[in-house]
Formats: sequence, structure tokens, C-alpha cells
Amino acid sequence: MTRYIIRRILWGVLLLIAVTALTFVLFRILPTGDPARLRAGRVASPQVVAAIRHDLGLDKSLFAQFWIYMKEVFLHFNLGFSYYSSAPVRGLIANRLPATLSLVLGASIVWLAVGLPVGIVSALRRRTLSDRVSMGTALVFVSAPEYWLGLIALYLFAADIGKVKVFPGAGSYVGLTSSPWKWFSSLLLPWLVLAAGSAAIYARLMRGSLSETMEEDYIRTARAKGLSERRVVMRHGVRAAINPIVTILALDIATLLGSAVLVETVFDIPGIGRLNYDAITHSDFPIVQGTVLLGALFIVVANILVDIAYAYLDPRVRYS
Amino acid sequence: MSAAGEPLLRVENLHVEFPTEDGVVKAVDGIDYEVGRGCTLGIVGESGSGKTVGAMTILGLTRAQGAKITGRILFEGRDLLGLPDPELQKIRGNEIAMVFQDPSSSLHPLYRVGAQIVEAVRAHQDVSKAQARERTIELLGLVGIPDPGRRVDDYPHEFSGGMRQRAMIAMALANEPKLLIADEPTTALDVTVQAQILALLERLRVQLGMAIVIVTHDMGVVAEMADEIAVMYAGRIVEIAATEALLSSPEHPYSWGLLRSIPTLAGPRVEQLAPIPGSPPSLIEPPTGCHFHPRCPYVQPEHTRIDPGLEPVKGEPSHRVACLLAAGERRRIWEGLR
Repeated sequence: MTRYIIRRILWGVLLLIAVTALTFVLFRILPTGDPARLRAGRVASPQVVAAIRHDLGLDKSLFAQFWIYMKEVFLHFNLGFSYYSSAPVRGLIANRLPATLSLVLGASIVWLAVGLPVGIVSALRRRTLSDRVSMGTALVFVSAPEYWLGLIALYLFAADIGKVKVFPGAGSYVGLTSSPWKWFSSLLLPWLVLAAGSAAIYARLMRGSLSETMEEDYIRTARAKGLSERRVVMRHGVRAAINPIVTILALDIATLLGSAVLVETVFDIPGIGRLNYDAITHSDFPIVQGTVLLGALFIVVANILVDIAYAYLDPRVRYS
Repeated sequence: MSAAGEPLLRVENLHVEFPTEDGVVKAVDGIDYEVGRGCTLGIVGESGSGKTVGAMTILGLTRAQGAKITGRILFEGRDLLGLPDPELQKIRGNEIAMVFQDPSSSLHPLYRVGAQIVEAVRAHQDVSKAQARERTIELLGLVGIPDPGRRVDDYPHEFSGGMRQRAMIAMALANEPKLLIADEPTTALDVTVQAQILALLERLRVQLGMAIVIVTHDMGVVAEMADEIAVMYAGRIVEIAATEALLSSPEHPYSWGLLRSIPTLAGPRVEQLAPIPGSPPSLIEPPTGCHFHPRCPYVQPEHTRIDPGLEPVKGEPSHRVACLLAAGERRRIWEGLR
């Protein structure tokens, strides 16, 4: 098991190097705009632009730039400096990470808390009215784009522009440490919006997985033992049905951590997604690279965690 | 409590139907039988004869599948069909326990074998986990699991097929049931292991004094174990008799077929096996008249119209058969067959 994990981690590092190389090449080949020129301002002499280019190291050969970048990232965990604000990328990401973590982890709790029970009830009452209603609602939420849902939510419930002024609106995000209550209330609406689609997906996943599990022979055994139906469902059915969902959950959270850009933009939450979005509009390569690398890191880590979790969740799984 | 002479289990006119998109499947179409205390009844038939559905219905395990159930299932005089789920739960695994066909899929793959038996013990006995674990180890020893103190913490996938079935039997015995229903308990096992499991069941029956209903497609299995045998075809019992009588003078052409399709070591190899032609009928639209007539080599025109009832054989009140052939002719044919 330990050897397996070490092997997986080494593969993960290799994958991250490949991702870094790929983004580096992509953003330099694609015609996105010259960062030196963007930085120099509107009326800049060629000398100024050249000086900036030299400062940023953009006058070196592509290979030299790549080598320097890779060395810094993987040996010193230094992601470079923003072209736009000159701030260190690592610090910028560290500043933005708490907001994204708050948003995504909070939303995942919401979607699990809503999706799983709905899925369980639907699985047990297949083809009844409550099943059809919840699965129909799920379909609506799965289909609704989250930026649209976000705008509707703000329009209806935001304290500033809403019809019913319930929740703080866009741009109200406050860090957890400065005011836990404001942090919580400002994130409620974004949590609900981000969770809506996933709650629907998880309800459907749970319904499918549990309906299948409830047909298993060992469920019949559990009933034959004289267990209450509640125990049969929760201890025998759900316990087995949850395994495939854990896999998807870890990957979903990892993906969202790198790409909750739509909800962050709609609610003006200063997270990683916003950072990335702004960086792209400014051709701020180092930040883009940093956030892409971070996203890849989340996914690699989530994959390894899923594999480890699986060995604990399912005794039949053994790695060698 | 039951009156004196009352059988442990009495099934009366049991019907089990499943509504499907294609129509109503009459899985069990009116069966009657009795099981006395400490006795063994074998229910024999091919796949789709309704034998498993009938057995599962005793414990109410077909309720979850939306079955329509009528008739009576009297256990110590109480009608199990009328019991609400919580009442039935008190009987399941306690007074009546069940062992299923495929031990690989019948144990929960994610829980330790011991924990699953502990759960069965604690479902009906108010004992501590430690006490239940003691009992579990004792049960595993009873069913012949070697080194039960260590194997109790194994997962099902660490057990062989035979050991899994032994564990299932241990689970069924957890609360010393009065009736054990074994549904094809040896079908998924190797032949050598089959014999061991059957011997184990027989030993436990004697040791614990429980009654057994053993459901199987294999005449050989019930021939060894059962006191009485009921042969099922298309949801009905077509012949029921004491094991001796059924094996020596079977009355129903289907029983003949079942007996003649058992391989034996005696006799010339070529002519040994006589398979029953055709396949089991649809249970949505069963054949008219005698349900067996499309596969019966001795069918007469009127057999396609008249539906035979289960009647006692002349001179043997406990031997009953549903066949339209005349008694003398049946005897002549069977004499010729064997």
C-alpha cells in the first residue's frame, strides 16, 4: 500500500511537470497580447517596452525562460511575479485560496446534505410521485447554468438589488477570521447556487446507485435477519451505494477548486477563479500558469486520496 | 401458542403474483403443504417453477418486490401474511431463518463476516457486542469453520465458497430458529462441498431439533435429506409424498422426468440420462388444462382442457398427485420406465 502510494505520488509529480510545460508553451504560442506592451501603458516608447521585456525576462530564449520557470516552480515553489501587479504569484494565490475553499467546501456540504437524502428517498420510492417530482426538479437544476441561476438569485434575494432582501448581495464576501457570521451570510447564496446543479446530480447518482444496491442479494440477507427496514437501507444499502459517489465527490471538489470562476464572478468573490479570469484578460501569464498548476495539483491530489479512501471503503480493494 | 398436533408451518392456498408490464406473473398459483416440528420438506422443481418465490414469501421477502399475496401461511398457528412488517421482523432470522442460493452475493462484501453474524444475534437478543461476538465464534465453530476465533474478523472475499455458505448457515442459526428455509443451499458450490453442506444441515437439524424446508432443483439433494418431497411445476405442487414413496413410486410424469434426469453410476452410460423435453411454461399465460401437457409424452386430447387438482393416490392418503392419467396406466408407464 505504501509503495503504491509513493508510486502514485511520483506519477502525480510527473503529471504536474507535464501540465506546467503544456501551459507554458500554450500561453507563449497563442497570440494573447504582449505582456511587456500591456504593462508599458498606452504611449510607450519601444525602449521602455524593451526595458520591461528585459526586466520580465521575456527577451531570453523560450527554452531559457522555460528552464528558469520550471526550476523556480519545482525547486523553490516560486511561481514567479505577476506581470500586471508585480506581486508574487504564490502570495496572490494564497490570498485568494480561502475564499475559494470556503465557497467550494461549503457548497459541497450543501449539495451532499440535499442531494443524498433526496436520492435515497427517490431510490426507495421509485416511480412514485415524490420520486418523479424530485427527479424532475433535479433535471431543471442540472440544466440551469450556474451564472444564470446566480443572477436570478441575486435579482430575487440580494439585500441591495433583490425583490426580497434576504441575503447580502454580490461583493459582500468577508474572510472567515474577520467575521464568521458575515462570512457565513455572504456565502449562503453562492453556496446554494453552486450546490444546486451538483445537488441534482448527486441526487440522481444516489438514486441510481442505491436502486441497484437494493436489488443485491445481501440486502435480502439483511432483511431475512430481521433488521428494521431503516437499518437495511442505511447500514447495508447506503453503505454500499456511497462508494462510487465518494470517487466522484473528490474529483468534483478538486475540479471546482480550480474553476469556480462563474459563481465567483457573479457574486464578486475574490477567489482563485476570479484571479485566473482577471489574469487572462491582462495576459498575466505567471498567474494563469500558477492557477492552472494549482488546479492540476488539486486533481492529482484528489485522485490519490480517492484511491487511498477506496482501500478503506472497500476491503476487497488492495493495491500492490 | 399452537394446539397439540398442529404442524409448525402450514401453507394454505398460497398465491403470489407479480404485476409486470407484460402481464401478471403467477409465480405461485395455489400451493398447500405442511411442515412438522423437526421435519424436513424438500421442494423440488426447475427454475421458474415458483419454488423460491414461495419460500421467500414465508418470510415476507417478496413484499418489497410489490407482490400480490393471498392465502395463508400459518406458523405455530399465526398467519404470517397478515402480520405488519415490524411483527414479521421479529420472526425473521429469529424463529424462521433462511439460507440463500449464492453465498458469494448473499454476504455483504463490505462488512466482516463476524460483524454480519453479530448483527443477526443482536437483532433479536439483548446482549452486548462482546457476548454476541462470543456467540458468533461459537456458531462459526458449530458450522465447521476452522479457527473461528481468527476467521471471525475475515471479510467474505477471504472465505471460500463453501465457507461462505457455512457462514450463512451460522448466521441463520444465530437465534436457534424453529424453521430453517434453505433455498438452493448447495447449487453454487462444488460437488464435494455440496455434500459437506448437506451433511452439516442434517447434523444441525438433529442437534438443534429445527425443521427444514429445502428448496432445490436437484432430486439428489432432497432424496438424502427430506422426509417429504413436494414437486412444483409452473407455480403449483404437482405431486407431494413421503420421500420413500415419491422416489420408489412417483405418480406424475414430471416427477418421472426429474428422477430419470439424475445421473447414476450404475447402468450403461449412454441411456442413463433422460432430459425432460421443452422448457418451463410462461407464468403469465400458463398452458390451458394440465399445465404440464405441452411437455408431457403421455398427453391426451382432453388434458389440454381439464385442469387436474391435487388428489390422493389410491391407498396412500399422504401421497397426492395432479395428473389426469388413470392410476393403473401411470403405474404401468412408470414400471416400464425404470
